[in-house]
Amino acid sequence: MTIRNYEAVVLGASFGGMQMLKLLLTALPRDFSLPVIAVQHTAPTAEGALAELLNRVCEIEVREANEKEPIEPARVYLAPANYHLLVEPDRTFSLTVDERVNYARPAIDVLFETAAETYGAGLIGLVLTGANSDGAKGLRHIKDRGGLAIVQDPATAAAPAMPRAAILAARPHRVLAPEQITALLLQIHHHRQERI
Amino acid sequence: MTSYRDDPQRAEPATVSDGEIDRLLSAVYEKYGYDFRAYSRAHVKRRLLHRLRLANLDNLGLLQQQVLQDAHFASQLLQDLSINVTEMFRDPEFYLAVRAKVIPLLKTWSYIKIWHAGCSTGEEVYSMAILLREEGLSDRVQIYATDFNPHALARAREGIFPADHMKTYARNYQSTGACASFADYYHAKYDSAIMDPALKRNILWAQHNLVTDSDFAEVQMVICRNVLIYFNRQLQNHVHGLFHRSLTNGGILCLGKKESLVLTDHRELYSEVDRQQKIYKKRYDYSQL
Repeated sequence: MTIRNYEAVVLGASFGGMQMLKLLLTALPRDFSLPVIAVQHTAPTAEGALAELLNRVCEIEVREANEKEPIEPARVYLAPANYHLLVEPDRTFSLTVDERVNYARPAIDVLFETAAETYGAGLIGLVLTGANSDGAKGLRHIKDRGGLAIVQDPATAAAPAMPRAAILAARPHRVLAPEQITALLLQIHHHRQERI
Repeated sequence: MTSYRDDPQRAEPATVSDGEIDRLLSAVYEKYGYDFRAYSRAHVKRRLLHRLRLANLDNLGLLQQQVLQDAHFASQLLQDLSINVTEMFRDPEFYLAVRAKVIPLLKTWSYIKIWHAGCSTGEEVYSMAILLREEGLSDRVQIYATDFNPHALARAREGIFPADHMKTYARNYQSTGACASFADYYHAKYDSAIMDPALKRNILWAQHNLVTDSDFAEVQMVICRNVLIYFNRQLQNHVHGLFHRSLTNGGILCLGKKESLVLTDHRELYSEVDRQQKIYKKRYDYSQL
């Protein structure tokens, strides 16, 4: 497969996502050349604990996204609990308290759809383990806008329902095991670094 | 590694350009006076795409035509773009902080005026009215509760909420350091909960648009939670100007949990009362800064 000059990675995870996020994000170098924007479904009362925990074990900086802040490479941004995370056309974040989507706030679809509108073909979308179908429509949207659609192989997922729903709805370019996902992300990183 | 073939039947999502959005929002503003031009563009775009799908329209030009010709359709779009998600005692820790840190400050004024801006359907206004009553302030407090959306405001004024929400609200209430039973503040009728009419004595409901209207009173506290996140940076600064002009020296500003003064032009003009809960106090010496 040809590696394009991608500009951002969005990913969504639900049940079992904690282990997956840890596995993927600890594999990224501190200077990873793209921003990574993630929605992990959590309880509405969670107060940034996930970001703190991941930041402790990862080389790359991990924290919650702030409204209006510019999206920068070499950072992992997590959606805060009980807010939707949106990507603006000027590559900053917005937060909203709109209705839940797929019973979830933050919802993966909301992040994916708005990121697809902004990054188009420069976006990589990743749907990981989960027990619902959030992210399926969003991944389809990413693909329709020319981005790269990837789904975790359901056979390797703690909960296969979300990857399965995404495969059905989006017909992704790739269905990959976790270690293949990290390998691909690192390949994209090196490709980008060589071009700079 | 597996690859999946595309379903050729499937239609691609409608494309909406920034120019089209600009034209639509300008037309809405000229015809109806509602100004969404400085709202978060990603939010507006998402809502417009959603309305396009529901209305089965191909592009934003057609939607614009319908909005201008059909007042009912326009009012639907108004609902789409406004923020109507709220609950009573949302973020109980905020109300805990108000009890502990703000009430003692409010008590130093003989009469307290509070502007609750962007109150939507009123749940959070009733919450504050309950808290103020419990803190013994109902005899000397006036809440101005405003929103630009007349439908939301009409529901707020009624004070009738779905009974099945009350369980969540009661749980929130109990976590605010409450000293009574939440059921004392409403009575249930069929599937509705009707708020105690006495709570309304302290509340004045009024239509006010943060984007286009100016400040209207000097107040001791401004509450505006989870509204400014929908605005772009310039509009946020404009609205912070309104709030700052409205607040008396030492007055209190309450924002949403993820809203902060840090990125605005007004950060120097307030001190922090509670960093976590985004509660600020207007500085006395602001003119010397």
